[in-house]
Amino acid sequence: MSWASWSDFLAMGGYALYVWGSYAVTAGLIAVEIIMLLIRRRNALRNLGGPAAGARR
Amino acid sequence: MSQPTLVIGNINWFRYASPQAFFPLAGAMIPWFAWAAALLCAAGLYVGFFVAPTDHQQGEAYRIIFIHVAAAWMSMFIYLVMAFWAGVGLVFNTRLSGMMATALAPTGALFTFIALWTGALWGKPTWGTWWVWDGRLTSELILLFLYFGFMALQAAIDEPRRADRAGAVLALVGVVNIPIIYFSVKWWNTLHQGASVSLASAPTMAATMLAGMLLMALAAWMYSIAATLHRVRSIILERERGADWLAKYRNTVEP
Repeated sequence: MSWASWSDFLAMGGYALYVWGSYAVTAGLIAVEIIMLLIRRRNALRNLGGPAAGARR
Repeated sequence: MSQPTLVIGNINWFRYASPQAFFPLAGAMIPWFAWAAALLCAAGLYVGFFVAPTDHQQGEAYRIIFIHVAAAWMSMFIYLVMAFWAGVGLVFNTRLSGMMATALAPTGALFTFIALWTGALWGKPTWGTWWVWDGRLTSELILLFLYFGFMALQAAIDEPRRADRAGAVLALVGVVNIPIIYFSVKWWNTLHQGASVSLASAPTMAATMLAGMLLMALAAWMYSIAATLHRVRSIILERERGADWLAKYRNTVEP
């Protein structure tokens, strides 16, 4: 264990911006992808029964 | 034309090449891969932050490695899988193959962006620059554009089977970029380091760092499989929305 305290952990030895910037953006993007997956499925289920994708309109 | 068959252990595996058979199978697999991803990620973060020691050269900045390497590996591997399914769809004209390729692209693009982003945030404190036109960085950026190009091309074509074929050609041509990314650190020895597992000096340090890295890489694998299966199910729902077998799922939440 490299950390004496929580503030020590959050400081990341002076590299907080780089380390937490990496982890926060990764977590945020994965959260966005999961939300987009759920929205896409909800819309797909709502549109069932209509003409298939690519059918002539 | 008769249906192709591949019978192993009394199961005709080509049965699952049909969207109708694959849809419930994929749905049953998603929770397993999603839970595996969550548990492996928790274990990887624990090892990465609380077991792996401080690097004697880079200090704590090196802890970016636990996402950077996992994301970079996934970005390349997903592209190969995407090109494989695109190629299978092109040769055998199977609908599900094209859907798999389409479903893989956004997750591949996501991991490519994460690899570039974390690389920039790692490069600044260790190299003193966010970005440099080094062979590894440039070829990884080209990978991101290949994913975007694949998605944009498919989105621009209304008819799904034509979109599959056009995307497949682009995906297969782009495969040449993968060995370029992989060998770039050998071919152009500019800034990006070579083998990442030799980072630490003492072998005991390498062991816990490597463990954290591999756990995160496995988590990224499981997540990618879960996300792709989830997306391919939505694509099946979209493309086959008029099919009788899907009628029972209409307006349901969890088919």
